[in-house]
Amino acid sequence: MWNIFTERLRQGSRTIAWPDGPAPQLDPRWRGAPVIDRARCASECEACAEACPTEAITLGGERAVVDLGRCLFCTDCEAACPSGAVSYGREFSLAAREREALFREGEVVAKAQALDLASRKLFGRSLKLRQVSAGGCNACEADVNVLGTIGWDLGRFGIQFVASPRHADGLLITGPVSQHMELALKTAWEAIPAPKLVIAVGACAISGGPFRDHPEVLNGASSVVPVDLFIPGCPPHPLTTLDGLLRLLGRLG
Amino acid sequence: MTEVVSGVETHNGGAVATPHEVAPEAFQRRILAAADAGARVVAYYGEGHAPHVTLTAVLADDRSGRLEILRSRVDGPSLPSLTPQLTELHLFEREVFERNGLEPLGHPWLKPVRFTRDGDVVGVTDYYRVEGEGVHEVGVGPIHAGIIEPGHFRFQCHGETVFHLEISLGYQHRGVEGGILRGPTKRVLHLVETAAGDTTIAHTLAHCEAREALAGTRVPARAQAIRAVALELERLANHVGDLGALAGDVAFLPTASYCGRIRGELLNLTAALCGNRFGRGLVVPGGVAFDVADPAELVERLAVIERDATGAVDLLWSTPAVRSRFEETGGVATATAQELGLVGVAARASGVAVDVRSDHPTGMYRLAHIPMSVATSGDVYARASVRWLECARSFAFVREQLTALPRGPVRVPLGPLEPASLVVALSEGWRGEVAHVVRTDAAGGLASYRILDPSFHNWSGLAMALRSEAISDFPLCNKSFNLSYCGYDL
Repeated sequence: MWNIFTERLRQGSRTIAWPDGPAPQLDPRWRGAPVIDRARCASECEACAEACPTEAITLGGERAVVDLGRCLFCTDCEAACPSGAVSYGREFSLAAREREALFREGEVVAKAQALDLASRKLFGRSLKLRQVSAGGCNACEADVNVLGTIGWDLGRFGIQFVASPRHADGLLITGPVSQHMELALKTAWEAIPAPKLVIAVGACAISGGPFRDHPEVLNGASSVVPVDLFIPGCPPHPLTTLDGLLRLLGRLG
Repeated sequence: MTEVVSGVETHNGGAVATPHEVAPEAFQRRILAAADAGARVVAYYGEGHAPHVTLTAVLADDRSGRLEILRSRVDGPSLPSLTPQLTELHLFEREVFERNGLEPLGHPWLKPVRFTRDGDVVGVTDYYRVEGEGVHEVGVGPIHAGIIEPGHFRFQCHGETVFHLEISLGYQHRGVEGGILRGPTKRVLHLVETAAGDTTIAHTLAHCEAREALAGTRVPARAQAIRAVALELERLANHVGDLGALAGDVAFLPTASYCGRIRGELLNLTAALCGNRFGRGLVVPGGVAFDVADPAELVERLAVIERDATGAVDLLWSTPAVRSRFEETGGVATATAQELGLVGVAARASGVAVDVRSDHPTGMYRLAHIPMSVATSGDVYARASVRWLECARSFAFVREQLTALPRGPVRVPLGPLEPASLVVALSEGWRGEVAHVVRTDAAGGLASYRILDPSFHNWSGLAMALRSEAISDFPLCNKSFNLSYCGYDL
């Protein structure tokens, strides 16, 4: 018994200070959204777009658009670029309310808008979510799960993952939605009392990710249910997911 | 006197010319003879569709580190099942039936594996059913209560006691292997990374070692060391997380809370290597994509993590309430583990001493040996204590590697793949043996690609662990295996 107390004292309090205090330090090698500096591109060169495993990059004229909904945040575009035009942003706030808002140019990043006032009144201080993995590889799942640990303590925002859709205000979906999970996902969504929210986490749930256009998958959550919040990444950093959830609820400025 | 045929001998990561096909009878006889002599089935799969299927079997002799590859062409709709004589083939034969249409005649348990045939509806199958007074059935899933992947479990119970658990998977099937073969090539590594996304390093390691063997590429020593460090960090993060989750399942919250956080710190060390907490982008054909910037800093961080983890996990062993829940729960006997061909932690906890790092070492493991951690009781306690023993050894290994990293480059270019060849690459993921079996065609392109996640071998172990247990102990037993759904479903 005594050793349980002494260990408790030794481990200390380890919950992050954010959003009231500073955000936890992201590793120097952590990659945010890829940014393509068109001024440095060699003419006619499309090496980055060709190398992208999920065709997330569209080049045209002066413009370079990266679809963060497809982006795996890998290094293939950077490695392919002969002129060092690809770099990665440090912004972790990447979530969006609309699919179109994930098509981004340069570093300008619009933050996800909060729900309307009526929905904020309903969910703002108590949001119960049912998580459904629909073909997820367990990385998005693991880094959503981590929000429940003492390091992140999701409960302090009134956000909680619940065991039944009947107890939930919404779904948090990971994975490209395998054909085999379509029915279960639909059933879970239907079982949630309205009004309800859907949050798609990770490249797979947004666009199919590396499995896009496989006959076995449906290219993401939108193919089955309407999505209210898209959180990009492969997987998204827990900070990106938490930021998205809090912005949705209007709890960040 | 019957004809004696043996396969082509090789070793982990040793490419060979695609072995000649032998007659089905000789193929089957040799598998049984090798198994009798102690060999383990690493892989067994088909190519093509009945009535013309080519079977490949990969057998491992773990004592000598030798692998044997056998191939056979079967012309016809069926083949006598070997499962009645060799239980560990039960799932392999079911898979060949599902994918290639070759029926194993006399198979006792011929049910879908991933429900991928035309007309299959996932989860709809004949479940093994116990009948009688007071017998009832409990169905769980595909969606589970926590943040977990989907699968369906059906318990045949008598009161609280589980007579039998049937596990029905396939919900996560995303066509990983098909995508690898179809291309585009630029997606292949990403499909491998996400085959089982919590085992990215072990899968990319097996994939890259297979390609490097086929290309005849030698990976620089520094890259080999970084790969091994990453593999052990992956093991540490998952083992520490599992020990915390096991504590949570017996409502011992101190260890559950601490380990949840400490697991994150270990993932952050992987992020320090490559920018991604799950090791995406680190292991690439020819080496690693990132050099270690500041090994001394990593060693310092590791020491803090080790101290925190030791304090958190030691509480498990010194708390009688925890031990009494772990001990004698979910036992798998040594003979059962052997018969089912279990691998990894689940096998070692049941006294079956198999570990790719010791038996079939490649890369840095050939130079720096990690002692194998084995227990004999086969229960939840054994699976927990094997995990912790492995953690202690992984901490020491990572520290040792990082303090003496070889100098030199971390990546070399990869040449073209040797045509008409076959290679088996094994790595010891945190759950157990990951196997990638790759065959090239006459032009050096991929002709077949087979992935075996340790979960493929081990799900039947969980089913056996539940026999005669209280149904309320299912979460605890399940977590003590912590198997992958997507790694099985692919």
